[in-house]
Amino acid sequence: MTAPARKPEPPQRRYTTISDMEVDPVYGPDSATGRDYREDIGDPGEYPFTRGAYPTMYRGKLWTMRQFAGFGTPEDTNRRFRFLLARGQTGLSTAFDMPTLMGYDADHERSLGEVGREGVSVSSLADMETLFDGIRLDQVTTSMTVNCTASIVLAMYFALAEKQGVALERVGGTIQNDMLKEFSAQNEWISPPRPSVRVIIDMIEYCTEHAPRWHPVSISGYHIREAGSTAVQELAFTLGDGIAYVQAAVERGLDVDAFAPRLSFFFNVHNDFLEEIAKFRAARRMWAKIMRERFGAKNPRSWLLRTHAQTAGCSLTAQQPLNNIARVAIQALAAVLGGTNSLHTNSMDETLALPSEPAVLAALRTQQVIAEETGVINTADPFGGSYAMEALTDRLESEAFDYIRRIDEMGGMITAIEQGFPQKEIAEASYRYQKQLDACEKIMVGANDYFVEDEEPPLEVLRISNEVERTQVERVRARKQERSAARVEAGLAAVRDAAVNGTNLMPPMVDAVKAECTIGEISDIFREVFGEYRDPAWL
Amino acid sequence: MSERPIRILIAKPGLDGHDRGAKIIARALRDGGFEVIYTGLHQTPEMIAEAAVQEDVDAVGLSILSGAHMTLFPAIQKLLEGKGLKGVALFGGGIIPEEDANELKKGGIDEIFTPGASTEDIVGWARDHIRRN
Repeated sequence: MTAPARKPEPPQRRYTTISDMEVDPVYGPDSATGRDYREDIGDPGEYPFTRGAYPTMYRGKLWTMRQFAGFGTPEDTNRRFRFLLARGQTGLSTAFDMPTLMGYDADHERSLGEVGREGVSVSSLADMETLFDGIRLDQVTTSMTVNCTASIVLAMYFALAEKQGVALERVGGTIQNDMLKEFSAQNEWISPPRPSVRVIIDMIEYCTEHAPRWHPVSISGYHIREAGSTAVQELAFTLGDGIAYVQAAVERGLDVDAFAPRLSFFFNVHNDFLEEIAKFRAARRMWAKIMRERFGAKNPRSWLLRTHAQTAGCSLTAQQPLNNIARVAIQALAAVLGGTNSLHTNSMDETLALPSEPAVLAALRTQQVIAEETGVINTADPFGGSYAMEALTDRLESEAFDYIRRIDEMGGMITAIEQGFPQKEIAEASYRYQKQLDACEKIMVGANDYFVEDEEPPLEVLRISNEVERTQVERVRARKQERSAARVEAGLAAVRDAAVNGTNLMPPMVDAVKAECTIGEISDIFREVFGEYRDPAWL
Repeated sequence: MSERPIRILIAKPGLDGHDRGAKIIARALRDGGFEVIYTGLHQTPEMIAEAAVQEDVDAVGLSILSGAHMTLFPAIQKLLEGKGLKGVALFGGGIIPEEDANELKKGGIDEIFTPGASTEDIVGWARDHIRRN
């Protein structure tokens, strides 16, 4: 074991959270001055929902164990889905490859080398049918991580339900569809922010009317955190994005209580145990206040923040990858103690490649150990009333609301994004953390301290063969030959009309995918009508 | 007369949006005294080679986290050579398995940094290996 070279000695050491927030050595009753239990904290299931979304929390319903999966051809991912369902997973979660996410068919030149690498390749309805082969869409709930092409993928999913004879009212699931966080963190886009938000509102409107069990947007802090933000920034920018969507939907003329109960959230869960639990508590309380006070929502279900959580990919190390199992277990426990409603646990090998089957199974089993063996599901919000926990929750809330005020002063989140505000704040925090790692002021075990000089035995990782790309490209080309050119043309024309005229895009989109119009072809209409967004490359 | 600073193009090929690493490296190299040009995301190999010519750089650093490194590195290398930029150092980093990194280096890529490399390692390497063209 190498001795830590430059780790500061205790007298100089700052005691901070991973987000670099200085914390007190001990908290006591003084830190709770002026706080009223009913008003500011409340019982689980009661406004402002600090202590959880539901009165009995996990006694009533365990969180959904939802492992994100997708790679290779639709057949490959279909096999992984069935593997997970057979082992007790309770919901599906689909990862798409980069061409699908960015609106290119598998046979496009920009897709070269990327087909099936980071997720499953889907170019047309035929691929979607293969992906869910043998899985009835009223028997599972599906989460789909896709954003700028979300409307097209959702149209395919709904068209598939129809083909299976499943009524749309019975189809449940979530589509990420959060473009604002794309511009500040995840960086997958086709068109600029304003038309992108218009498409999201079309989807909210369509789902409210036709697919009441569907969550049309999952307002996501996950990627904001992965891009290097602090916990406060994750809270502020996520809820700030949420405010922008609600505002836009209300401006469209939708009744806030008609759609707000179907908004869902997605947070990261990082290593700093107490800070992360506090973050979930603060998020629920802030959203409840925003919905009730700012938007005047009357339905208590509109006030409720329900969230998926995923352990932090950026916290994992390529060195000593088995240590990642410990990190994931601690993060997962924080998410559960924070009251998450759904959870993905990362696999130990994710810094090296997409997860292998044994790694993904260990990650799923981690959740099952927490649920079945630790006893934490017995009591809702066991940290409620802890001096330290309540103080941290208050502090995260207050600092995040400060950011939201600054964003309001700029004219709202869309304008703030156009000016690069969240992007620059995140880049700054990310660079600061990297500097602290380089100086050993913050430690990543196995990476900048406690490393071994000997060669480590490599893990068996999943490799995607080049065969996948060849298979998919040939398949997409063949389908394009076989389909009716006239129907494709008519389908695309109707989508273009809706894009230009401002009518809801979803109905013509569902028709277009049934005519086998592809992801790439429909995305081209977005490029043509709405224009293309280019990375401003802020440093 | 003082020599002009060494110019490095940090480029992000491919369709993915993982730019945390690229931005950190760009800033660290800038803080280390290099002149850094950052392409932004979603660049094709042709766009990167063209930028290398336009910006008259001494090195090109690629950040790739999409798994497409075995396609993209050689493609960009070939384009740079085709434009007569054989002396330009080509390095990179990302989620790249060790055996792939070795193969790329055998094929003439100057250096591959994998997760866990510190910015000091990378700036140090750049000081030792990048020369003015």
